[in-house]
Amino acid sequence: MQINVTLNGASLSSDVEARQLLVDYIRGTGATGTHIGCDTTSCGACTVLIDGTPMKSCTMFAVQANGKSITTVEGLKQNGELHQIQASFKEKHGLQCGFCTPGMMLTSAALLEQNPEPSEDDIRWAISGNICRCTGYVNIVKAVQHAGEEMRKS
Amino acid sequence: MYPAAFAYSAPETLDEALATLSQEGESARVLAGGQSLIPMMKLRLASPAHLVDINNISGLDHINSANGYLRIGALVRHNDIVNSADIAAHNGAIASAAPWVADPLVRNRGTLCGSVAHCDPEGDWNSVMLAVRAEVVAQSAAGERVIPIDDFVVDFFTNSLEPGEIVTEVRIPKYTGKGGGAYLKLERKIGDYATVAVATQLQLGDDGKISEAGVALTAVNNKNTRATAAEQALVGQEPSDELFKEAGALAARAAEPESNVRGTAEWKRNVVSVYTRRGLEASLAQARA
Ligand SMILES: Cc1cc2nc3c(=O)[nH]c(=O)nc-3n(C[C@H](O)[C@H](O)[C@H](O)COP(=O)(O)OP(=O)(O)OC[C@H]3O[C@@H](n4cnc5c(N)ncnc54)[C@H](O)[C@@H]3O)c2cc1C
Ligand code: FES
Ligand code: FES
Repeated sequence: MQINVTLNGASLSSDVEARQLLVDYIRGTGATGTHIGCDTTSCGACTVLIDGTPMKSCTMFAVQANGKSITTVEGLKQNGELHQIQASFKEKHGLQCGFCTPGMMLTSAALLEQNPEPSEDDIRWAISGNICRCTGYVNIVKAVQHAGEEMRKS
Repeated sequence: MYPAAFAYSAPETLDEALATLSQEGESARVLAGGQSLIPMMKLRLASPAHLVDINNISGLDHINSANGYLRIGALVRHNDIVNSADIAAHNGAIASAAPWVADPLVRNRGTLCGSVAHCDPEGDWNSVMLAVRAEVVAQSAAGERVIPIDDFVVDFFTNSLEPGEIVTEVRIPKYTGKGGGAYLKLERKIGDYATVAVATQLQLGDDGKISEAGVALTAVNNKNTRATAAEQALVGQEPSDELFKEAGALAARAAEPESNVRGTAEWKRNVVSVYTRRGLEASLAQARA
């Protein structure tokens, strides 16, 4: 089936099978920052933004993204500059192996759009669908708080 | 993991969707949030030949309170309910359940009506719908049908829809006067299905006595279950600690849980009893506030 999507700002027109999962479609374009962790809707590694809202791309079909704007981790960086959430994950060591990081940053970026000054509870609640096996979350929370502070300054 | 191949349509009107469903009969399935159906298809627990995706149909994402009902449309996502001031103002049971359904990412996509249709005995919404005495509005090419929730929830993953029917909304009586409701859920970790959960709803008459009561249980039977004896014991009575304790004990008797990794049957029954009592206390506090 023919679909038209905007992926990280670029218009794409593709022919996909109805059962193709969105995550595989995205990875097939070369944007392999979107990870497949569990493939059973449980971990959030495959999180992307669909029209700005974080969702699990292993649990949508590519055809369902027709007409939508998709943002993946590759789309966070703008004009050669890291998005503040990326800079803050780096600054605060908000990652270890990095497998959860793309999903974690997209969910956090969406949170900061809605709530520029989240409390620790707000952050922990917002990322509760994104599982990290390495960090214990402490530095992830710090990174999101740091990003919020920096974004409020500018 | 990949589902078996299927034909896909994403109509923009309800009429088109109903026409396709009536043509395809039992081989077609409605796709709403897909947060239960797509995982099942990937595991090949479901292999529909045709998927009718309702996400592009306009006019199904309403939350409104017209004509004495609170109406929640088929494309209202769990998170829309979390964020709805209308629901917070009108229905404590629904408002308190919403944040505990699944995780934030699933809540951005999954729908209340899809969950109601799914009839997973571990799902949260059907207990809430039983407690608040909801009705399910179903449309087919032949017309509309209003199904009381007790008749809609038939069994383990089984509802009473006919092939060709789409749930367009649930409607909940708009309680006026003094009332309140709650949903108490015990889960192993955030985002998990319930180990045990209890939905409660209370209305008080002018005399301060309980005029209506709803109590329903999650994850302790082969379907979400109304605790009828507990409800009957409450109605017509003056609220009291004793009464709520008795209702808890009666609710526990309506539970036939299985012992599993989440806990033993005996312990779960005990949780039903305690959560019923606490839920009624919270409902009463809201009714009197
Ligand atoms: C990780 C995870 C955790 C979860 N945790 C919970 C939880 O704690 N509590 C809970 O209650 N649920 C939980 N869920 C399930 C979630 O709430 C689903 O969103 C819900 O069960 C189904 O809604 P949906 O819109 O996604 O429906 P879909 O998956 O699209 O459909 C489910 C079924 O209902 C049918 N259907 C859907 N909409 C309609 C309609 N309008 N008319 C007729 N038939 C229809 C479909 O054909 C299908 O058979 C969880 C899911 C996941 C992946
Ligand atoms: S890969 Fe999608 S939720 Fe784990
Ligand atoms: S950094 Fe390894 S999973 Fe999160």
